[in-house]
Amino acid sequence: MANITKSPWIIHYDGSSCNGCDIEVLACLTPLYDIERFGIINTGNPKHADIFLITGGINHQNVEIVKNTYEQMVDPKVVVAVGICATSGGVFRECYNIMGGVDTVIPVDVYVPGCAVRPEAIIDGVVQALGILEKKRAKLAAEQGGAKK
Amino acid sequence: MELLLFLILFPALMGFIFLVFPNNKARDAMVALAALVLIAATVILFIQNYSAGTVMYEIEPGAISMAMMALEVMLALAVLYLAVKYRQWIVGALAIIGTGVVLFAETLFTGPEHMNNLFVDEFTLIMAMIIGVIGSIICIFATGYMRDYHHHHEEIKDKRQGFFFLLFIFLSAMFGVVFSNNMFWLYFFWEITTLCSFLLIGYAWDEEARKNAFWALLLNLLGGLGFGGTFLYLAFTEPSGGLVMLDSLIAAGPAIAMIPAALIGFAGLAKAAQMPFSSWLLGAMIAPTPVSALLHSSTMVKAGVYVIVRFAPVYDASFVGFLIALVGGFTFLLASGIAISQSNAKRVLAWSTIANLGLIVTCAGIGNAAAVWAAILLIVFHAIAKSLLFLCTGTVEHRIGSRDIEDMGGLISILPRITIMMIIGIAGMFLAPFGMLISKWAALRAFLETPYGIFAVILIAFGSAATLFFWTKWMGRLLEVAWKPKPRREGEVSKPEFYSLLGLAAGVVIICLGFPLLSSAVVEPFLIGIYGIGASLGEQNIAIMLMMMVVVFILPVSLIFFRRDRRVIPHYVGGRAATMDMQFAGSMGVQRKVELSNYYFEGIFGEAKLGKAGNILCTLFIVCIGVVLAMGVIA
Amino acid sequence: MINPFIGAILFVIFAPVLGGLVAGIDRKVTAHMQGRVGPPILQPFYDIFKLFEKESAVVRPEINFYIFCYLVFLVITGAIFFAGEDILLVIFALTLAHVFIVIAAYASSSPYAHVGAERELLMMMAVEPMLILAAAGMYVATGSFFVGEIIDFQLGGGGLLVTWIPLLFIGVVYILTIKLRKSPFDISTSHHAHQELVKGLTTEFSGPTLGMYEIAHLYELVFLLGFVWLFFAGSPLLGIVVVAVVYFLEILIDNTNTRAKWQFALRSAWLAALVLGVINLVALVLGIIQPGTLGVL
Ligand code: SF4
Repeated sequence: MANITKSPWIIHYDGSSCNGCDIEVLACLTPLYDIERFGIINTGNPKHADIFLITGGINHQNVEIVKNTYEQMVDPKVVVAVGICATSGGVFRECYNIMGGVDTVIPVDVYVPGCAVRPEAIIDGVVQALGILEKKRAKLAAEQGGAKK
Repeated sequence: MELLLFLILFPALMGFIFLVFPNNKARDAMVALAALVLIAATVILFIQNYSAGTVMYEIEPGAISMAMMALEVMLALAVLYLAVKYRQWIVGALAIIGTGVVLFAETLFTGPEHMNNLFVDEFTLIMAMIIGVIGSIICIFATGYMRDYHHHHEEIKDKRQGFFFLLFIFLSAMFGVVFSNNMFWLYFFWEITTLCSFLLIGYAWDEEARKNAFWALLLNLLGGLGFGGTFLYLAFTEPSGGLVMLDSLIAAGPAIAMIPAALIGFAGLAKAAQMPFSSWLLGAMIAPTPVSALLHSSTMVKAGVYVIVRFAPVYDASFVGFLIALVGGFTFLLASGIAISQSNAKRVLAWSTIANLGLIVTCAGIGNAAAVWAAILLIVFHAIAKSLLFLCTGTVEHRIGSRDIEDMGGLISILPRITIMMIIGIAGMFLAPFGMLISKWAALRAFLETPYGIFAVILIAFGSAATLFFWTKWMGRLLEVAWKPKPRREGEVSKPEFYSLLGLAAGVVIICLGFPLLSSAVVEPFLIGIYGIGASLGEQNIAIMLMMMVVVFILPVSLIFFRRDRRVIPHYVGGRAATMDMQFAGSMGVQRKVELSNYYFEGIFGEAKLGKAGNILCTLFIVCIGVVLAMGVIA
Repeated sequence: MINPFIGAILFVIFAPVLGGLVAGIDRKVTAHMQGRVGPPILQPFYDIFKLFEKESAVVRPEINFYIFCYLVFLVITGAIFFAGEDILLVIFALTLAHVFIVIAAYASSSPYAHVGAERELLMMMAVEPMLILAAAGMYVATGSFFVGEIIDFQLGGGGLLVTWIPLLFIGVVYILTIKLRKSPFDISTSHHAHQELVKGLTTEFSGPTLGMYEIAHLYELVFLLGFVWLFFAGSPLLGIVVVAVVYFLEILIDNTNTRAKWQFALRSAWLAALVLGVINLVALVLGIIQPGTLGVL
C-alpha cells in the first residue's frame, strides 16, 4: 500500500525568503496548477503534515523554529527546500545573520533550485519527494513489523 | 413503627450526646458508628417496606403535638432574640407571624384528633434512603473534614460539638418531614430544618456568614408562611381537621386541595431555592462543605421538592401546576446559564443544584405519572451525584488551597483517585447514559404528553445545552494535564473523607446500573398507587441504555493498548521550541509557561443579568398563581 | 420496517464507505466551484489509509483513548438511529460522543487545541436545543420518538414529516452547517485556508489518532444525512434527492462564506431554534399545521 503518495499533506514554512518563492508556492494552489489534484493539502500543522516545504534560508531567529517544526512532524516525513535561498542561502548567503541553506539544520531530501522557483518545479520537487516518502514509509513499516516480532 | 420512631429519635439523641462530648477521636468514631447504625436502620426499613405500599401508623398525637407546639414557641422566641440582637427586624417579624398564625390556626380545629400521624410509602422510603444513607455518609466525611477545616481556618472558633449536634438534629428533622402525615408535624420538622440550616450557614459567625445565614432564614421563614396560610385555609374550610392529614388532603382532589397545594408549593419553592428565592442557597455556600453537601444539595432542598412532588397529582393538568412548572423551568434555564459564568466550583455546584431542583419542580408542576417518575429519579440521582461533587470539591480545596475550577487544571495528576470520582459525579450530572440524563429524557417525554408541556420542553432544551457546556469545560479542565507530574498529594486525604467519597462514587455507579430495578420495584408501584398507571422508559430503551453503560465501563480497558510504546512529542506552540511541561521559548530568550483558561462569558451569562431576569419572571409567575387562585380558576 | 439489527449492522459496515464517497464528492464539487480539477473522488480514503501508515506519536497517551471513545459512540449513535430506536437517545449518544472529542482536545493541553475545544463545546451548546426541539416536533407530529415508528407513520399515510414541521426542518438544515464544521461555522477546527487556530481541536492529533477522528467524522456525516432524510422518509427517493440538494447547499455555503465569530454562531443558532422551533411547535400543538397546509408533497 502506498497511500502516502496519494495523500501528501504539506506544511509550508517561510524562513528568511524574500517572499518571491512563497508567492510561487501559493500559486500552486490556484486553479491553474491545482496541486489538490494529487491529494496535496496545505495544512498549517506540522503534526498533520508529511512534507515540510521551506522557502528561504535559515537565520538565527528561525533556526529553532525550523528544528521544532521538523521534530513535531510524524514519521515518515520529507523535507523539500524550495528556492535557491533554501537550498544554499542564495543571494543572502554572505549576510551577517544567515546561517545557510535548510540543510544546515535539518536533513533535506529534495532541493528545488530557482529564484524564484516556478510552480512546475515545485510540483516536480514534491513529486520527487513522494518517491522518497514511500521508501521511508516502507522502511518504517519494516521496522515496526520487525519490532512487533 | 418502632423503626420510624427510632430513625427520628436516634439521631436527635446522638445529637445531644455530641453536644456534650469532647472533641476527640472517640467522638469521631461515635459519629461514624451512629452514621452506620442509621444506614443500617434505613436499609432495614427499606427492605421491610418496599413492597408494602402505603402504610399508616397510628400514634396518639395529644402529648406529642403539645410538646411540638411548646418547642415551636421556644424556637420562635430564640429566633426573635437573635433577630433583635442583630437587628434583623424582618426575620423577627416573620418568626412571630409564622408561629403565631400556625398556633392560631391550630386552635380553630375542633374535630377529634386524628391518629394516622406517621406513614411510609414508596416515595417516603426513597427519601428516607437518601437522608439515611447519603446524609450519614456526609456526617462521616465531616469528621475528617472539620478537623482539616479548623486546621486551615485557625481564626474560626472550634464549635464542632455544636456542629455535629446540628447535623444529627437535622437528620432527625428530615426523617420527620418525610414520615409525617400530620401536616402540623410536618411543619414542625420543616421549621427545624430551617433553623439548623440557619445555624450551620452561620457556623463561622463572622460578618458575612451571619449576613448570609439571616438571609437564608428570612427567605425560608417567608416560605414557611405558606404552611401557615394552608392551616388557616383548612381551618376555615374544614374545621374538623380531617384535611390536615397529607393523604386525605391530596386524595381530596384539585377542587379542594388546589389552594393548599399552591401555598405549600410556595413554601417548597422557597426551600428548594427556586428563583426568586435562589439567593439564599448561594449565600449558604460559605458554610463548611459538608453542610453544603448535606443541606444545600442532597437533603434540605430536597424537602422543598419533596412536598411539591407530593402534591404533583393535584397540580396535574392544572393551570396552577403549569405556572409552577414555569417557575421551575425558567429557574432551570437561567441557573444553568449562570453556572457557565462561574469559576468558583462551589458556586457552579450551587447554581447547578438550583437548576436541577428547577427541573424537578417542573416535573412536579406538570404532574402526570411520567413526569413524577422523572422527578423521583431526578431526586435520587441528583442527591447522590451532587453530594459526591460537593465533598470532592471540599477535599480538593483543602489539598490545593483553592476551590476555583481554573486552579484545578490537571488535577488528575495530583489527586488521581479523587479526580476520577469527581468525573464520575460530573458524568452522572449530565451525560448519557448516566443518571440525570435518564430523568431528563423521561421528563422530555412526559412533558410532551400534556397540553402546555411544549413550553417546558423548550426551556429544558435550552437549559440542558447550557449544562452541557459548564460541566464539560470543568471536566476538560481536570484532565488538562501539564506534563511534568506535580507531586501527588492523595496521601493527605484523611480516611473518613476518602472512604465516604468512595462510598458515594460507588453509589452513583450502582444507582446508574440499578435504576431499572429501583424504577420497577419502587417508583412504578408508587405511581400505580396514585395514578393507576405506571411509567417508565420502555424496556427497549433501558436495554440500550444499559448496553451503552457497559460499553462505557469496558472502554477504559483499551487504555492498556493505547498506553503502549508510542513516541511522545511536545505540543505545538507555533513552532517555538516547547518542552513537555508546557513551557516554550518566548521572545528575548525568556522561557514562558503556557497558561490556559476556560471561557466564562460574563457578558452573556452574567449572574447579575440573568439572576435579575429570573427573579422578576419567577416572581411574576408566583403572583400569577395567586391571582389565578383568587379568581377561583382551579382547574 | 426492516429488522432493526440489519439497519444497525448496515450502518456500521457501510457508513464509512458511503461517508467517504460523499466527502470525496464534496471535495470534487468544491474544487469545481473554485474552477479547479480537484482530487480524485476516493481521496478521503487515501487520506485515512495514509494516516494509518504513519507512525503513532502523541502528546498524551490518553488522547487516543478519548478519540477511540468518540469513534465508538458515534458508531453507536448512528447504529441506534438506523436501528429505528428512540431519537432522543440518539441525540444524547451524539452529545456523549462529542464530549469525548472535546475532552481529547482538552487533554492535549495545547493552546490551539484548547481554544478549539472551547469552541467545539460552544458549537455543541449552539446545536443542542435545535436537535431536541426537532425530536419534540417529531413526537408531536407522529406520536412517537422511535425512528422506526416515525418512518412507519410517514409511509402509513401520515404525510411527509417535513409537512408537519417545515420550520424545524429549516432549523436543522441551519445547524447542519455547524455540525458538519463547514464555513462559516468551522470555528473549532480549521478548514480551507483558515489557519489562525492551526487546526483547532485536532491540532495535536496525528497519524492513526487523526485517522480514528476522520473515520468517526464519516460516520457522523452519514448519520446527519440520515437525520435530514428522516424528514422525507415517507417518500424514500425524494428523501435522497432532498439530502443531495441540502448537501449541495452546504457546499455552496461553505464556499461562499467567510468564517463567522463564535458569538454569531451561538446567537444565530439559538435564535433559529427559538423562533423556528417555537413557532412550529406551538402551531403543531394548536393544530394549525396539518400536512397539506403547505401543499401535498
Ligand atoms: S530564491 Fe529568490 S525568490 Fe526565492 S526566496 Fe530566495 S531570493 Fe526570493
